[in-house]
Amino acid sequence: MSHDEVIKVEGLTKMFGDFAAVNAISFEVKKGEIFGFLGANGAGKTTAMKMLIGISHPSSGRATVAGFDVYTQAEDIKKNIGYMSQKFALYDDLTVKENINFFGGIYGLTRKRIKEKSEALIQELGLENVANQLVGALPLGWKQKLSFSVSLFHDPKIVFLDEPTGGVDPITRRQFWEMIYKAAHQGTTIFVTTHYMDEAEYCDRVSIMVNGKIEALDTPKKLKEQFQAESMNDVFLKLARG
Amino acid sequence: MKRFIGFIKKEFYHIFRDRRSLFILFGMPIAQILLFGFAITNEINNVDIAILNTSKDTTTEEIINRIAASKYFSIKQMVTREADIASVFEKGNVKAVLNFERNFSKNLIKENKATIQIITDATDPNTANTITNYVNAILQHYQKELNKDVHVAYQIIPQTRMVYNPELKSVYMFVPGVMTIILMLVSAMMTSISITREKELGTMEILLVSPLKPFQVIIGKVIPYIFLSIINAIVIVMLSIFILNMPIQGSLLLLGLESVLFIITSLALGILISTISATQQTAMMISLMGLMLPVILLSGFIFPISSMPMPLQILSNIIPAKWFIIILKAIMLKGVGLEFIWKETLILLGMTVFFIALSVKKYKIRLE
Ligand SMILES: Nc1ncnc2c1ncn2[C@@H]1O[C@H](COP(=O)(O)OP(=O)(O)O)[C@@H](O)[C@H]1O
Ligand SMILES: [Mg+2]
Repeated sequence: MSHDEVIKVEGLTKMFGDFAAVNAISFEVKKGEIFGFLGANGAGKTTAMKMLIGISHPSSGRATVAGFDVYTQAEDIKKNIGYMSQKFALYDDLTVKENINFFGGIYGLTRKRIKEKSEALIQELGLENVANQLVGALPLGWKQKLSFSVSLFHDPKIVFLDEPTGGVDPITRRQFWEMIYKAAHQGTTIFVTTHYMDEAEYCDRVSIMVNGKIEALDTPKKLKEQFQAESMNDVFLKLARG
Repeated sequence: MKRFIGFIKKEFYHIFRDRRSLFILFGMPIAQILLFGFAITNEINNVDIAILNTSKDTTTEEIINRIAASKYFSIKQMVTREADIASVFEKGNVKAVLNFERNFSKNLIKENKATIQIITDATDPNTANTITNYVNAILQHYQKELNKDVHVAYQIIPQTRMVYNPELKSVYMFVPGVMTIILMLVSAMMTSISITREKELGTMEILLVSPLKPFQVIIGKVIPYIFLSIINAIVIVMLSIFILNMPIQGSLLLLGLESVLFIITSLALGILISTISATQQTAMMISLMGLMLPVILLSGFIFPISSMPMPLQILSNIIPAKWFIIILKAIMLKGVGLEFIWKETLILLGMTVFFIALSVKKYKIRLE
């Protein structure tokens, strides 16, 4: 069913001068899906994501997100998505609560709603004791979880996560993926990039990007069959060797 | 609107939690003005002076005695020839030379009047003024006593002359310059740093992915600095009035409005700088090199524009600070109204509109 697809991309390309950072990629993401956007460093994942969330203009190709065109309806897209960037991007000099209030506020949530939601969220993350501490003082794992929760705070239809688990320890990564599952269960579509191939196993479907092109796209199970590989890591190695 | 208030609140958190910002915002202006305050003294004590007395009569000796007796002056040397006065000042030993005219007593008795020249070193115009006033007071006092029991009125006529800085370029003249620099620093540098900081931290991206429009983000970032700059301008003017005893001759309202205009010019420049710099460091360097340096060198703050080489004089016209300093001097020191500075105001206004338009355009391009 075509209206099930919340992201549709066709021949999307981004040129930096002569260099195609994203080279005519095409794919679709279904509602409620966890879509893994895999690739080594420099493959073009972030560049592709930035075009989808409306902060970078595509050089060519077509794309719609939540039914809106990336060229002409970026403002509508922004109202329907959440975004967690590759760089940790909460304010270090604001407290946990102040950060939540601020980001809730710029999405136009009412003060009452922010208060209710932030209390629930702080409890859920177990941050009661540090709610009034500056975010800069928190361990990276906590920051990442908080950052993820903030990107979901306004209940977006789709959330874009750019290497959300970069640099955190395996236990926190595991917890992180539990949070992702939970959000997916509640109907949020998850578009997540990573260069950790093992994380691909947690996704409903994955695409593997190499040098700006999507070289493989399917469920992890089918990809392993297709490449006769033990793990997604093997799939990736086989792909990379060509 | 609510989103805006949240945004501004957050901006104030940033400012008040960062010592460097706080220092630039509030420490700097106060320190600057107080520094100038120390340079201005309205009291003198044991100032070294020299005396040229070719008359050597009872009256001149009496006056010299009185001057020597006062705690304000100490007579460092006696000069014998008028031609030596210049070299006495050059050596920098004395701050003033008193020159009695030839035949002082005789003139006083015959013509009822005699002249004394008070020559002061006006590199420090304030001290020079004070010296002149004190000498005058002593002379007047003496003259009164002289006239007590006689029915003719003897007149001792002081003649004042300044060397080195005859147009009395006073410390007050620096206040407009200091004010301009501080407003520029706060408005342009702080805004450009605070915007690039968000770029560097990656939070700008998050803001741009939110439903806020880019111009809302920028306005939200700029509004706190407008407030703070206005407060700063008020603090500077208050310090000038109450600490430096500087009389503000013109309308305070006009002064306020012109200051707001210049603050907006500077903010527009700050936004422009933030669009071309990727890091806080770059923003700071561009602000310092591209704004502060020309302001200090070319705006007439330190070097008078009229004595610059022609190409620099022409170049100085594109510096907004130059026009603001002219406006400030006119309002603060001369006390003139808008009818005398409308041209400068229009130029500043034009520049502001241009910079805002340019930064809006640049900002859009950055987002592609
Ligand atoms: N603004 C830019 N200008 C020029 N090249 C860029 C720019 N942004 C990214 N690139 C290049 O595009 C390629 C893909 O980058 P990126 O999308 O960040 O990769 P990934 O997120 O997969 O690690 C890299 O080679 C990178 O150097
Ligand atoms: Mg990336």
